[in-house]
Amino acid sequence: MVDPVIASRLQFALTTIVHIVFPVVSMGLAPFLVYFTWKDIRTGEPVYEQLRRFWTRIFAVSFVVGTVTGIVLEFEFGTNFAAFSTTAGPLFGGPLAVEGMMAFMLEATFLGVFVFGRERVGDALYMISAVAVGLGTWLSAIWILIANSWMQLPRGYEMVSRNGEQVVHLVDPVAAYLNPRFFWMFVHMQNASVESVSLAMAGLAAYFVFRHHVWDHPVDHVRFWETTLKIAIVGLLLTAPLQVFHGDLYARHVYETQPQKFAAMEAVWETDSYVPEYLIAFPTSVESLLDPRAKEIFGIGIPGGASWLASGGDPQATIRGLEEFEGPQPPVAIVFWSFRIMVALGFWFVTLAFWSGYRWFRGELFEDDLLHKALMGSAPLGVFAVELGWIVTEVGRQPWVIQGVMKTSDGVSPGLSGAEATATLAGFAVVYLGLLTLYGYVIVRIVRAGPPDRADLATAETDPDATGVGADD
Amino acid sequence: MTSVETLSSGPLFGLPLPDLWFGLIFVIFGTFLFLDGFDFGVGVLFATREDAEEREQFLAAIGPFWDGNEVWLVVFGGALFAAFPSVYANLFSRQYLLMFAILGALILRGLAPEMYEQRHDERWQRWWGRAFVGGSLATPLFLGMFTANWLLGSTTLVTLPGVLVGLTVVALTVVDGVAFLRLKTRGDVRADLQSDGYRALAAYLVLVVLSLVGIYLVAPGLRATMRSPLVLGLVVLTLAFAAVYALTTHRDRYYLAFVAAAGLVFGLVAVVATLLHPSIDPAAGLTVEAAVVPTLMLNLMSIGAALLLPLVAVYFVVLYSAFSGPIEAGESY
Repeated sequence: MVDPVIASRLQFALTTIVHIVFPVVSMGLAPFLVYFTWKDIRTGEPVYEQLRRFWTRIFAVSFVVGTVTGIVLEFEFGTNFAAFSTTAGPLFGGPLAVEGMMAFMLEATFLGVFVFGRERVGDALYMISAVAVGLGTWLSAIWILIANSWMQLPRGYEMVSRNGEQVVHLVDPVAAYLNPRFFWMFVHMQNASVESVSLAMAGLAAYFVFRHHVWDHPVDHVRFWETTLKIAIVGLLLTAPLQVFHGDLYARHVYETQPQKFAAMEAVWETDSYVPEYLIAFPTSVESLLDPRAKEIFGIGIPGGASWLASGGDPQATIRGLEEFEGPQPPVAIVFWSFRIMVALGFWFVTLAFWSGYRWFRGELFEDDLLHKALMGSAPLGVFAVELGWIVTEVGRQPWVIQGVMKTSDGVSPGLSGAEATATLAGFAVVYLGLLTLYGYVIVRIVRAGPPDRADLATAETDPDATGVGADD
Repeated sequence: MTSVETLSSGPLFGLPLPDLWFGLIFVIFGTFLFLDGFDFGVGVLFATREDAEEREQFLAAIGPFWDGNEVWLVVFGGALFAAFPSVYANLFSRQYLLMFAILGALILRGLAPEMYEQRHDERWQRWWGRAFVGGSLATPLFLGMFTANWLLGSTTLVTLPGVLVGLTVVALTVVDGVAFLRLKTRGDVRADLQSDGYRALAAYLVLVVLSLVGIYLVAPGLRATMRSPLVLGLVVLTLAFAAVYALTTHRDRYYLAFVAAAGLVFGLVAVVATLLHPSIDPAAGLTVEAAVVPTLMLNLMSIGAALLLPLVAVYFVVLYSAFSGPIEAGESY
């Protein structure tokens, strides 16, 4: 039997970590789908119809799984974190409600038109639905991040006693909801989503390009995969350098607003100046893995790098160490290593972007088998980096659920028993494992089936098989 | 800021916003129950059909709609959280295991059609078909139990009146599902559904009476309200909608039958809301006035809802008119 606090936290972590994959896929795919639809309608070239239809299949399946896992998250605030919901709800609930009405509704209704309606509606409405679906996914992110950013940087509220409990009351909506943290989160998250999807698309396309050009295996629809690869590389070139650039600015903002989290990200215990940034750090022992301390880390560091990052250009700047903060510390090891790996991946993606761009420029994109292998291996790493980034954000805020206002342990539902919480945690572990397996299975089937054949495209679209099984299958 | 001060000083236009939000929450819940209700009903009816092509048509009928329909549940949760956060917290944590049963059933129901379409071997489709039916049955059953526990302030998750209300909601979704499927199919499939409609309606009427009797017996505090003209009027209205449903189903007036089904759903939800008001969480002794968020937040949410919900209505009109009429040959899930 797990303690209800621990079980609730593990369950929320598990359900969020699984759920976030699907919004990343839908937000990242959205701009590509808008582009494919536009090109398909404007040019009528078969490859764009193939691109649109193939990636719409992937989008639709991801959206279904994203919906069912997303409802779980919304309900868990109430079921497992009732004390948090009661306290923060008068300020925190609003953005979630608006998210549903403004964003999720837009996305879910127009998705019906977008996925099922190509033959039912005209070009203009079809194009509008593509844009509406994409806009919906991005608007969703705005409201969810407005809510989350307030937990990182609570402003514009006062504490009031109501029905015998201390609750948060909104006093300044602009301060609370147009939080400076929100802008960093939004830019970093949206760019990361497009980058992650670019990586996944590039890795998948690289596999078929590799099979065809390097291995000389016959591959159907080679032109489709070549175009996918090129478009994905464009996406990667646009997003990867930017991600590192604003990641740097974002880290500085974290230092200014959540110094305890920043100290955990850098494993700085004692306040110090001229703190190095370990770009590459190796755990040399089990202790340094589980309890990393910047002073004792074995790695390649930039002298003064962390000070430079925190202060915005001054390598001599002082960084406040964890020892300056009273009470329990965030789990430093998780935050430190997640941050390191995320940053390293960010730089690796920049390398990949320029490498691919260079090969393309030289006309050798389809011949460089090492690049193909690197892209294949990196296909899931964008999503992985997003997960790590969120772990830094959320674990780094501990022990607080609302920074400086409410401890996570105080936010859990008071009436919740260990047995109940353990039962649902175990249930989710099983169900979500199954869910991910099925999702993977469906994606593999879609990829193996490949894009629709030319015979199936718009010109030959009336299926003689009456109610038949999936023109899109 | 003056605008913030104005918004904090009193309700917009002096409107009774707490009660309006109480009403809005139930309108949203009713919309969910009507729209996703026919998805559930289609899932239950799916169990009664053997023919592969007929089953395929049932899935194709809900394909473009169900995701949008289900968002009403998300909006219900969000609106309750935004306007009555302590009620949202109490209600969901008190009915902890029931909430996760609802979520599990929704996952099954949402996933099953997608999986069903993946492969066409018999065993695979048999099992995913069962998952679809199971999820479609369990969701309204558990939602009904949740609603009954809410109304009765019950801390026990499974009670006799709760199960009765749950079964009532299941029957109602089938009534709804039949009306929807008769709009979306043709020929024999459509004709065969007529008798399902009568049976579901009869089951609903019997169950709703049993539920009301059960509630009357276990909740003495509600008896006065149950005898009030408003509730009696709603019961009469429900009977009128039931008569319209039976008649229009008999005469093949598909749209009117669908409207009557909507009337039945909103009638039931209105009864629940009327019995609950002015309390909003009987188990915690919270009234609408005590649970509602402060004026500033309520005003902001009201502006948001007033601007956004009409837009949402437009989205649904676009979606439902794009896919109006029976499914065409070649359309599938």
